[in-house]
Amino acid sequence: MTDFIPKRTQYFISLGSILAVSLLSFFFTPFIGYKVVAFLLLVTLSILALFFDVLPVLISAVLSALIWNFFFIPPRFTFHVRANEDLFFFIMYFIIAMVHAVLTFKIREIQKIARKKEEKANTLKLYNTLLNSLSHELRTPIATIIGASDNLAMNAGKLTDENKASLISEISLAALRLNQQVENLLNMSRLESGVIRPRRDWCDVNELIYASIKNVEEYSTDHIVTVHVKENMPLFKLDMGLMEQVLNNLINNAVTYTPPGSTISITGDCMDRTCVITVEDNGKGFPPGEREKVFEKFYRLKYSKTGGTGLGLSIAKGFIEAHNGTISLQSSSAGGAKFIIRIPTEISYLNSIKNE
Amino acid sequence: MNSAQILVIDDEAQIRKLLRITLQSNDYSVAEAENAKDGLIAAANHPPDVILLDLGLPDRDGHSLLTELRQWYAKPVIIISVQNNEEDIVKALDNGANDYLVKPFRTGELLARIRSALRSSAVDESGPVLNYEGLSIDLLTRTVRKNGEMVKLTATEYSLLILLVKNEGKVLTHHFLLKNIWGPDFLDQSQYLRVYIAQLRKKIETDPNRPCYIITETGVGYRFTAGDKNIKQT
Repeated sequence: MTDFIPKRTQYFISLGSILAVSLLSFFFTPFIGYKVVAFLLLVTLSILALFFDVLPVLISAVLSALIWNFFFIPPRFTFHVRANEDLFFFIMYFIIAMVHAVLTFKIREIQKIARKKEEKANTLKLYNTLLNSLSHELRTPIATIIGASDNLAMNAGKLTDENKASLISEISLAALRLNQQVENLLNMSRLESGVIRPRRDWCDVNELIYASIKNVEEYSTDHIVTVHVKENMPLFKLDMGLMEQVLNNLINNAVTYTPPGSTISITGDCMDRTCVITVEDNGKGFPPGEREKVFEKFYRLKYSKTGGTGLGLSIAKGFIEAHNGTISLQSSSAGGAKFIIRIPTEISYLNSIKNE
Repeated sequence: MNSAQILVIDDEAQIRKLLRITLQSNDYSVAEAENAKDGLIAAANHPPDVILLDLGLPDRDGHSLLTELRQWYAKPVIIISVQNNEEDIVKALDNGANDYLVKPFRTGELLARIRSALRSSAVDESGPVLNYEGLSIDLLTRTVRKNGEMVKLTATEYSLLILLVKNEGKVLTHHFLLKNIWGPDFLDQSQYLRVYIAQLRKKIETDPNRPCYIITETGVGYRFTAGDKNIKQT
């Protein structure tokens, strides 16, 4: 936690609290005695050591020892110590304060190392997840292509026409699936290398939405898709290519994870010079705890059966953020998933152009 | 029987083989070149009816090859490239390519593009009335009919439609359309294009949201297609 508190603030607070405690104790010494003050200061130091770096705590330790000596040990207002017992106390105080500061610091260092190890383990786990899902997602279609084409080559005489046609269609589907995964991986690496810069141009949101639907409809027609775009929508400055891929991924996601016959509704709206697009389905939705995680790379819902590398939504998020926009997930009124895209951008109203 | 000759310039032997088999089985005759140098020689010796050009050749930048070809070769050039970078595509189209296909492409789409490239070189020879399924355009009287009914178009809408129709099957870039309809000062004013395309679609398309005449090529431009049902099918 020390990582979040600036050094100067640490010095300020630790020295400040030592002074404050000393000042308070100064008035109460007649009632509690100067020895109790030492304990009060030590408690203060222990609390500081929990939160701050070693240096401010050590300095506070020295300061508090000196204050205790000067203001509290009789004779007061000198560094002179009269009784041997007090000298012993003073030295003990000093040692305990130092040891405390250093020990707490060491414990925190150990915690830090443990955290780093844990992070490393998590990265490794993520990497393994990636390898697992990738090898599954890439090898399944490759296996299909190799298997089906071998079959066609070796058993050409024995296969019925129907089986032949079926094998050929499997090859075609597998290749399309492979292409989709490669597209995702390429987009992910484009995003990670930071080369994505939106080429903004005036974009008709209605046209954008229908273009995305058309792409998805090419291989899936089992879902009902409805579109509601606000009347007199202005044009927005967006990169239509990137936005089309975002919507493709969201619609694809809905198509993949809801049963056939489900409804996917897409809306377009303009609020405060912000383009707002929502993609909503009436499927099962995401459990509340999972909603934050869906945009993480390689995220896949637990127990989900069908394919996907878990890249689609994180690519969508990356592309939207490249537009300085946001994307969020809510639960729809029907209990399904509702993705909301908001991109603040320049607008141009259609009716501002004369129809000549 | 097609007798059109197609020259394939691509460095990948596998792609050349695939294209040769596909095109020959559709009655085209095929010539091949594996680099820019051989491609130029082949094109000069036996000028083909269509050139399929891969932009990523080993010996030369595809764009400069295209520019050189265009100095004397007027027939259709279709780009086939693994790059689906919009800027690259627009550059090729502005340099005179008729069309582009991004690898991997579907065979049906390739054949449709070749058919329309071959046809568009012949469009000017048709009569004054152009007939498409559900749409007819009379160039003499400047009238447009949708399912037999007159459609009122503004002057700009009409010019835009005619420009698209005259280049049937060919992708026209945003810049090309803006320059030719609104003039060179309007190259950055793509909002005009968006608005007029939307208006035109409302007037001539049966479902303006699912257009079948004016097709959007995202990030690149627009294409007029009519009656070629093979597009987007396998």
